[in-house]
Amino acid sequence: MNIQETNQLLRFTTAGSVDDGKSTLIGRLLYDSKSIFEDQIEAVKTSSQMKGFDYVDLSLLTDGLKSEREQGITIDVAYRYFATPKRKFIIADTPGHIQYTRNMVTGASTANLAIILIDSRKGLLEQTFRHSFIASLLKIPHVIVCINKMDLVDYSEEVYDQIVKDYKAFASKMDIKDIQFVPISALNGDNVVDRSKNMVWYEGPTLLYLLEHVHIASDLNHIDCRFPVQMVIRPHTLEHQDFRGYAGRVEGGIFKPGDDVKVLPSGFTSRIKNIELNGEAIEEAFAPMSVTMTLEDEIDISRGDMIVRPNNVPHVGQDLDVMLCWMNQRPLRGRTKLILKHTTKDCQAMVKEILYKVNVNTLHREEGVEELALNEIGRVSIRAANPLFFDAYRRNRQTGSVILIDPNTNETLAAGMII
Amino acid sequence: MGQYYLSHLKELEAEAIFVIREVVSQFEKPALLFSGGKDSIVLAHLSKKAFYPSRIPFPLIHIDTGHNFPETIIFRDSLVGELGVKLVVGSVQESINEGRVREETGVNASRNALQTVTLLDTLEDLKIDAAMGGARRDEEKARAKERFFSHRDEFGQWDPKNQRPELWNLFNGKKHNGEHFRIFPISNWTEMDVWQYIQQENIALPSLYFSHQRECVVRDGVILAKSEFIKLKPNEEVQLMTVRYRTCGDMPITGAVESDADDLDKIIAEVATTRTTERGTRADDKRGETAMEDRKKSGYF
Repeated sequence: MNIQETNQLLRFTTAGSVDDGKSTLIGRLLYDSKSIFEDQIEAVKTSSQMKGFDYVDLSLLTDGLKSEREQGITIDVAYRYFATPKRKFIIADTPGHIQYTRNMVTGASTANLAIILIDSRKGLLEQTFRHSFIASLLKIPHVIVCINKMDLVDYSEEVYDQIVKDYKAFASKMDIKDIQFVPISALNGDNVVDRSKNMVWYEGPTLLYLLEHVHIASDLNHIDCRFPVQMVIRPHTLEHQDFRGYAGRVEGGIFKPGDDVKVLPSGFTSRIKNIELNGEAIEEAFAPMSVTMTLEDEIDISRGDMIVRPNNVPHVGQDLDVMLCWMNQRPLRGRTKLILKHTTKDCQAMVKEILYKVNVNTLHREEGVEELALNEIGRVSIRAANPLFFDAYRRNRQTGSVILIDPNTNETLAAGMII
Repeated sequence: MGQYYLSHLKELEAEAIFVIREVVSQFEKPALLFSGGKDSIVLAHLSKKAFYPSRIPFPLIHIDTGHNFPETIIFRDSLVGELGVKLVVGSVQESINEGRVREETGVNASRNALQTVTLLDTLEDLKIDAAMGGARRDEEKARAKERFFSHRDEFGQWDPKNQRPELWNLFNGKKHNGEHFRIFPISNWTEMDVWQYIQQENIALPSLYFSHQRECVVRDGVILAKSEFIKLKPNEEVQLMTVRYRTCGDMPITGAVESDADDLDKIIAEVATTRTTERGTRADDKRGETAMEDRKKSGYF
């Protein structure tokens, strides 16, 4: 068994509302890839019978918490796992209701790909715009639009073509690199794992084929070297008395022993002596590897510092323009003091001004707003108490993102993408 | 130019190491909850890698129900010696003796629920503010929504409807006095990932996980090991079976599977074709549809 050496991990989100068949689609992917176990199916069958359903409700597989099952809706991000011989998949299953934008943003933050479901009978809805906007805002590199319930429109090519045309017209206003379309019936399995015999007019790949083959190796930034220091490793043992290693995860670029580096904020320069993990030397370190780095010179470096290349440094500054998704019941107002978390650094910060808010259904900007309420998205200006070393989110999702924390309740209040 | 991407195991490893290092950076007194099962053994291995050449900078905590497999305890002690790490044992028997909990009675009596009290007492005694565990999201539906950094109130309770959103790899470990976090660095691993990783890294495991002969009782479809902790019902008989374990809990509640898989290759082949979840062999999860969620809310893992 050596499949593990080459298998890649693909993280994707599924966005959809209660009725568009999202749970059925996930159930279908899990079932057809043989990732559902007998005891899980048994449990779901028993529950379905107890509730008096005529059919096995696959959404019971994905709706995990008691309160959700009582209400029959998904209220939080749930993670599902399945694998094929080609790839391993992590699904962030996020609910599509308007009040849960925060969950969609959460699921989207770590995704390589988003599946957006459209009911073929209904075409583009407000929520289609909302889901697509969030995918574009969070810079999910790949989007697959599944036009579902094709069985209910007699597998009509015209219906499919019209929806694709409508979607393309709308998507041109957004920033999504790679969009693909697949006509499916999640209920019957058409074009999910197996090719549909009912839609011979469709010559493209099935959904699973796309998931297995979409090119994700260049989704991460391998150009701008960024190494936020997580902690300093000093063993204090007789054997390794002088060892001083900088532990962290590479968030961009490719680091090699012998490379000249610059340390922020001190500005000192040095050269990489070794890159290792568990004592094993690493020749090239790139995102998202966790490694330990040693330098030729003794420099004072601590958590929150960043190791970069001298000729390619990030922005250094205290003023940020950020697209913010607000995630708390209490709305955000201007001049609010908060804790900001960026890479491995925390500091105090103030939201100086709300510049505008985006209507997520129409994509219109609303200026002159006083506050940002739960699940609203807007552009704000932030002043940090200490200098941050950052890139634009579109350039690097890790060094371009922040979260805001309430200094009193410690809750995570907002997710921000640096412009 | 080479191919700049990681295999899924390398990516999962990098993620887990990032989380473990984040715990040590953000908390004052972290600890690793060590059950002796494969997941916590993998966690100990990842912790070693994360801080090398330093020793693991936190203790292992083992909640000893007194109903452990003897193999687990022998393995635990040798691993602790090898890693040079501190071990703290919280004893459920002591909690019973002190009257903190009451032992269940009846043929299906188990100490599984009792260990929550011992666990919370132990965390409080040591003032642990971050307890890492090897739980995975693929294990059970209540766990599918668990965060990496899972906040617990001053009573150790989990509030699933009020979880902090977790974005990118920015983990918020801020808390008030008396509160603590449960942290799950291998959240995103599946049972198969764990086995493949054990093989890739050549990690030693207790002998229980490999096929062996054992005296067993079959009760409600679950194969239980004969032991001093299990009372036989009148019609039950002990039989010699060729079995192995997929999880490693208490003797009276952990079911074995019939298996000839006596090495990692065979186990991986078996996991790849098996049609039941590993917790399907756990009697503690069969106590009702939301058994796991209810236990988690009260402070279980």
